[in-house]
Amino acid sequence: MNTDDLVSMLSTGVEPVDPKAIAKRFSLAILIGGVGALLVVMLRFGVRPDLAEVATTPIFWAKIAFPLSLMLGALLMVTRLARPGMSAGGGKLWVTLGVAAIWVGTLYGLAVAPADERVALVLGTTWKVCAFSITLLSVPGFIAVFWALRGLAPTRPKLAGACGGLLASSLATLAYCLHCPEMAVPFWGIWYFLGMLVPTLIGAAMGPRWLRWS
Amino acid sequence: MDRTTHNESLRRREIDLQTLFLSGLKGNQADYARFLRELSTHLRGFLRARLLRQPDEIEDLLQEILLAVHNGRQTYQSDQPLTAWVFAIARYKLADFYRSRSRHDGLNDSIDDAEELFAEPCLEPAQASRDLDKLLEELPDKQRLPIMHVKLEGLSVAQTAQLTGLSESAVKIGVHRGLKALAAMIRGK
Repeated sequence: MNTDDLVSMLSTGVEPVDPKAIAKRFSLAILIGGVGALLVVMLRFGVRPDLAEVATTPIFWAKIAFPLSLMLGALLMVTRLARPGMSAGGGKLWVTLGVAAIWVGTLYGLAVAPADERVALVLGTTWKVCAFSITLLSVPGFIAVFWALRGLAPTRPKLAGACGGLLASSLATLAYCLHCPEMAVPFWGIWYFLGMLVPTLIGAAMGPRWLRWS
Repeated sequence: MDRTTHNESLRRREIDLQTLFLSGLKGNQADYARFLRELSTHLRGFLRARLLRQPDEIEDLLQEILLAVHNGRQTYQSDQPLTAWVFAIARYKLADFYRSRSRHDGLNDSIDDAEELFAEPCLEPAQASRDLDKLLEELPDKQRLPIMHVKLEGLSVAQTAQLTGLSESAVKIGVHRGLKALAAMIRGK
């Protein structure tokens, strides 16, 4: 088949493209990741019994704001990086701001706490399981987001993979907030951060292999 | 040609190509064909400058890039320069090509370099050495038949559905998946 034949084959009967196709793909991935993580939290970890009370306190919403800003940033970046030749764009700002805010809060929380309570603030009662639980909760979203990316054409697969991992793990962290009893900022600044970092690094490592297209 | 006129003509080419492509994305077959044909001539020039030692590969690689452009056309957003989008795809494919070549051949240069010095310049589209028709035959029926009827014989989706007993959406999906599978087969070769 020469190139002219290929051109006429590709153009013959060409179907219109849905301009919202990418948005739909990622909406579906987020739905799967979010519902998947929520189900595991409800069925396996259990929603914290005082959720209704704590949901009226500002500190609970500050806790939600951290993974939420990372999720928004990761979503903005990954939907751009799914397209050839696009940079990560403005999503970086949301991620940077979210992490910076939580670390400022962490340092402040530690600075004002009495010296002998600092270790307890950082470790809480669940430090051993927190990062691992978030990583585990990321699995459904991770699979769904990588599925979404694999149908598209990322030309920077490492970065796209990292943002995909962050999107999945920030969704997982949002769901985990419904279970997690920890209310100290330094705890979030370390263990939530680590929990989101692990899937992000896995995404960056696997991106070049899993996101190749032809 | 001075720089301003050169830039001006580049800008105009970008706008012309983008107009054709956007119209193609809406399903205009004639504009899409014109876009692909014009893109081919630009890509051929681009590849010729980069594959000086492998002139035989130009047409194959060009066809691969056209398939990738087609299969990835939903990833184009109209606020992005079309040139940047196509260039990113072409560079990705070129990098793939270099990678597979260094894996297969090691880093040995071809031994008939001296002869190539006097080789004819190739201004015309060369013969593609890879036979896409053969690859198409390897596709499973639910992809091969829709591509054959819709894309090669020019039948409508409805006619093809009637002829093959597939549903209309199965015909569309068959075309879509078949062309993706074709690209994957090329990469696997």
